[in-house]
Amino acid sequence: MSLPARISLLVVAFLGVVAIGVFVVVHYFLVNPPVIDYSSGVTADTGAVVHVVMQEDPQNTVSTHPDWVSYFIQNPQTKAWVHTTLFSVPAGSQIDMTIYGFDGCTPLRNNYWGKVTGTVGNIVRVNGKPYSFINSWSGCNVGHTFSIPSINLNVPMATPGLIQSNKPGLCPSSPCLPGDPKQVPYRVMQFTFMTPKATGTYFWQCRVPCGGGFLTGFGGPMSTIGFMTGNMTVVS
Amino acid sequence: MAAEAPPTSTPQHAAGPSGPNHGLRIFLIWLPVAIAADLIIWLVWKPHMPPGDMSVTASNQQFDTAVLAVVAAPVMAFVLLYFAYSLVVWRARPEDDTDGPAIHGNTRIQATWITVSSVIVLAAFVFGTVELYSSNGAGSGQGQSPIQVPAGPKLQVQVIGQQWKFTYRYPQFGGFETTDLVLPTNTWIQFNVTSIDVIHSFWAYQLGVKADANPGVNNVAFTKISNTGTITVRCAELCGLWHGAMFDYGQAMTPGAFTTWARATEVRLASVTKQLPPYALTYDPTVVAQMSKAMVAAGLTGAPGLYYPPQDIYQP
Repeated sequence: MSLPARISLLVVAFLGVVAIGVFVVVHYFLVNPPVIDYSSGVTADTGAVVHVVMQEDPQNTVSTHPDWVSYFIQNPQTKAWVHTTLFSVPAGSQIDMTIYGFDGCTPLRNNYWGKVTGTVGNIVRVNGKPYSFINSWSGCNVGHTFSIPSINLNVPMATPGLIQSNKPGLCPSSPCLPGDPKQVPYRVMQFTFMTPKATGTYFWQCRVPCGGGFLTGFGGPMSTIGFMTGNMTVVS
Repeated sequence: MAAEAPPTSTPQHAAGPSGPNHGLRIFLIWLPVAIAADLIIWLVWKPHMPPGDMSVTASNQQFDTAVLAVVAAPVMAFVLLYFAYSLVVWRARPEDDTDGPAIHGNTRIQATWITVSSVIVLAAFVFGTVELYSSNGAGSGQGQSPIQVPAGPKLQVQVIGQQWKFTYRYPQFGGFETTDLVLPTNTWIQFNVTSIDVIHSFWAYQLGVKADANPGVNNVAFTKISNTGTITVRCAELCGLWHGAMFDYGQAMTPGAFTTWARATEVRLASVTKQLPPYALTYDPTVVAQMSKAMVAAGLTGAPGLYYPPQDIYQP
């Protein structure tokens, strides 16, 4: 091979490696799901009430991982369900959270996380009934949790019935439609908490090992923004 | 052809036996520098060395670091001083193109540096071994079977690592579990560190305690806290997506205040404690023995109470 040809080959190979690196950075590190804005039109630090609506599904048929469990967040303006786990709320506000639970049960590794903490009154209302603890080991009771460790918020998500996660009988396609009589049963979790006065990003996670097929159940959807973990951004 | 003229002056570096005693010069400069450096390290720097002196283990780590710094400072001072002295005194002068004197070795210098180096290294070896062995030593993570166990009563605190939060159980207070790390002063504390998923590492910075949290393993570490205050707890083992956020803050308080807190928390969490597995040094995260029989019979879990039925290819 001539010298110019070898130089050309080297340059092409180098550019190829650079292109792959750029693709990986852009595709996997810089692209995030959309942030649902619950802060617009609300003045921070006034205790204003903000109603955040989410749902947890046994699958995510609108993504490239249809067998991964997933949260969705409702856009407050359009009411459309968005495949994301990022949302922003005003600082010093009261968050009235509603989460529709469509997924089946998987026991917690540590039953301690069945305890409700960080909410007003340390309770969650499941279909209107208050609970301070939901026992995931005494039956098919808990599907997921919604936990923000830095503000000590932990809320177990009740399951719609005696249905294990990822089994037939659950909502077959996402986003599921609360209120649709043709859909499978679901639970409505409602709780209230106060956002911190300090602005910043507060990560949240699920504590149920629902990343089936991954080490200790905490890989896959449990470790991917847009599925079972995300950020609550508190803005001024 | 004219003969080359002889040199009119002797190069400075060829001063010969009648020149200045460089060794004595360097020693006389080095001695006060070394003494000053050691005094500064011991009197000024040591009280601020990490991790502080909040506990006996932290104090011992601070002491060990200071001792090593005191040993190292004169050596470092000598190296830097010799370097500077060489640059100043033995540098080539302008227009001096002559070679330096031949080196023939110096048995006395070689014997001195070998002896001094050996003494320093052997002393550091003995010092380090004694400090690690001692129950109050810097090696606070004594492992599964500690060689040295502090005498007297100890407060048992279990540290449970899980993605991505530490929880703490207090077996001497009914075995309640909490996310709050609260500890008494002037009391020997035995940390029993374990994990229920991947490998974590419990690092209580101000206490000078760092112990791996491995599933199925009880890793023991002892400490005794001297002062009240805040304790920073971090996971020191990369454990997944939110490893960087796996930290919290504990509190060290007087024994009386601790007992009040522990008894109140025991009562407050009594209903939750009933739903936890009995206190044990380790927990099998793949089996939920307390799972309801009805749930197992319905095939909603594996036969022994596994998280997923045996036929499920996904077995986290």
